Amino acid sequence: MAVSRDSQVHVRIQNSADIVAARQQGRALAAIAGFSHSNLTIIATAISEVARNIVEYAKEGEIIITLIDDASKKGVEIVASDQGPGIPDVGTVMRDGFSTGKGLGIGLPGARRLMDEFAISSVVGTGTIVTMKKWVA
Amino acid sequence: MAVPILKQRHHLIASIQSALSDQDLLGLRDDLARLVGQHRALGVIIDVTALDVLDSFATRTLRAIAYMTKLRGAETVIVGIQPDVATAMVQLGLTLEDVLTALDLEEGLALLDQRLEERHGSQ
Repeated sequence: MAVSRDSQVHVRIQNSADIVAARQQGRALAAIAGFSHSNLTIIATAISEVARNIVEYAKEGEIIITLIDDASKKGVEIVASDQGPGIPDVGTVMRDGFSTGKGLGIGLPGARRLMDEFAISSVVGTGTIVTMKKWVA
Repeated sequence: MAVPILKQRHHLIASIQSALSDQDLLGLRDDLARLVGQHRALGVIIDVTALDVLDSFATRTLRAIAYMTKLRGAETVIVGIQPDVATAMVQLGLTLEDVLTALDLEEGLALLDQRLEERHGSQ
C-alpha cells in the first residue's frame, strides 16, 4: 500500500491541546477521502478518545492518520502508539465502564463502536498500539 | 482559550467560541462554580453550538458542571448540540443523563424561565 506524503499526518501527543490538534488534523485529512459530515465527526471523536488514552496513561505518544485504499473502497486508518506502561489485560479495558484512570471507562470500547475495524496490542512495560479504520460507505 | 460568560437577568450564558481542550473545559467548570455565587445566578446556559466534537471527557465535564451548579442553587441547560455530534455521542455510548438540554439559546432561556416559575409556584 503506497502512501504519499500528503495522505498522511503525524501528530505528537503530549498534552490536552495535542488531543484537539489530532482530531482537527484527522478530520481535515479524512474529508479528502470523501466521508460524510456525520462520519467526519465520528472519526474525530474516535481520535479524541485514543489520544486522551495516551495522555492519561502513557503521558506521550503519537497518532498517525493515513488515507487508505483497498481495491474498491477508500478509507482512513488511525494508528495511536505509545511507549507507556502497557495494559496487562486488554480484554478488561475493552469492557464498557472499566477504568483505572479519571475517565468513564468508555474511551477504547467507545472508539471501537465508532470505527469499522479496531485492533489493540499491548505489552506491559513496552507500550500500546491501537489501530482503527473506517471506510467510506 | 477561556470561554466568555455573560450575565443576562438571573442567568449566566457561557458561549463556547471554538474547540476546547480538556484544560479549557476544566477552566469553564471552575469559572462557573465561582460566578454562580458571585452573580447569584439561578440558571446557567452552556452553548456548545461551536463544538464539532463532544467526547467522553467533554460530556463528563458538562455533567459535572450541571451537578455542581445545582448544588449552588442554579439549573444548567446545555444548548446547541449539533446533529452529527449527537449521533457520535450515542454511538460512543455517552449520555448526559438527567442534565437539561435544549435546541438553541432561545429554547434554553425559555426552559430556564419555565423551571424558575415552577420553583416559585411550588413555594
